[in-house]
Amino acid sequence: MRALGARRHGWTGAALVAFACLFGGGCQTLPDTAMELPPESLKLRQLQTRRVEGIGETALLAATVGVLQDLGFNIDESETQLGVIVASKKRSAVDTADIVSSSLESLFFSMLEALLSADHESEGDINFDVTQRIRVSVVTRPALDSTGQPRADAQVIRVTIQRLVWDDEGNLTRAESVEDPKVYQKFFDRLSKSIFLELQAE
Amino acid sequence: MRVRYPVLAFLGAALLCGCVSSIDQVTKTGQSAVQMRSYQERAFDTADKEQTLRSVIATLQDLNFVLDKADLDLGMVTATKLSGYQLRITVTVRPRGDAQMLVRANAGYEEEVVKDLKFYRDFFTALEKSMFLTAHEVD
Repeated sequence: MRALGARRHGWTGAALVAFACLFGGGCQTLPDTAMELPPESLKLRQLQTRRVEGIGETALLAATVGVLQDLGFNIDESETQLGVIVASKKRSAVDTADIVSSSLESLFFSMLEALLSADHESEGDINFDVTQRIRVSVVTRPALDSTGQPRADAQVIRVTIQRLVWDDEGNLTRAESVEDPKVYQKFFDRLSKSIFLELQAE
Repeated sequence: MRVRYPVLAFLGAALLCGCVSSIDQVTKTGQSAVQMRSYQERAFDTADKEQTLRSVIATLQDLNFVLDKADLDLGMVTATKLSGYQLRITVTVRPRGDAQMLVRANAGYEEEVVKDLKFYRDFFTALEKSMFLTAHEVD
C-alpha cells in the first residue's frame, strides 16, 4: 500500500509540474480590455491632437516630415491620400538617473545580502536599458466647417508615439506608448515653427 | 541495451513531431475561413472608402495603436499597440455592393491569431462611434 501511495504522489507531482508549465511558464495572455476604449482616451486624444489653421493637408504633411527629419527620424511609410506618415528611430535608452538609482538599489541589496548570509559569491545582477526604438505615426484630416464639410485651409493633426526598450543583454524591458505631455508639447512647438517655414516657402 | 531504449524513444518522438514541418505554418489557419470572417467582418452603410479608412485610423489611434502602414488604393491599414504586450492588427476596407463598405479586422498576438470574439466586438463598437454608423453583421 505504501508503494502505491508513493506512486500516486509521484503522479500528482508530475501533474502539478505540467500545470505549472502551462500556466506559470511565462505564458502571457492578451488582456480582456485590449480593444476597449481606455478611460483616459479623451485626455490622451487632447494631448496628441492640434488644430492647424491656414494650411492644406499636403503642406501640413510636408511640414511634419520636416519636423521628423529635424528630430532624426526615418520615414518608414506615408500615404498622403489618408494623411498618414510613419517614422522611427533607434536611439540610446541610457538614463543616468536610472543607472544611479538602480546601482544604489543593488548596492543596498547586496550589502543586505552580505549581512544576512555568509555566501559572498552572489553577485548583484544589474541590468540597464541601453537601446530603444521609437515609433511615431502622424495622422492629419481636414477640419470640418460649421456645416460639417471638410475645409481645405484647416487641418486636425494627431501624433501617437510608442517605444520598445532593450537592456544591455538584449532583453526587451519595455513595450509602451508614450503618454508624457511634455513630449507632445515639444513636438507641436517644433511643428508650428516648421509650418511657418513651409508656408514661407510656398 | 540500457542505452538503446531511450534513444529509440527519442527518435520515435522526433519522427512523430518531425512529420509536421514548421513551414506548414504558412498556410495553417486553425479555423475555417467562414468561421473567422463571421467575427472579423462587419458592413457599414456608406460608400465612402476614404472616410471609412480615416475612421478606422482614428479609432486605432484612440485605442493607443501606432500605425505601421496605410494604403487607400488597397483599402488597408496595419497598426501596432505596445502596452506591456505587442499586438498587431490589420484592417481592410472594401466595397460591398453600391451602398456598403465591408470592414475586416484581424489581429495577431504572440505568434497566434486573436480569436477572442469580445476583442473584435470591442473594436467594432469603437469604430461605430467614430463612424456614427451601425456595424452590421455579415452572413
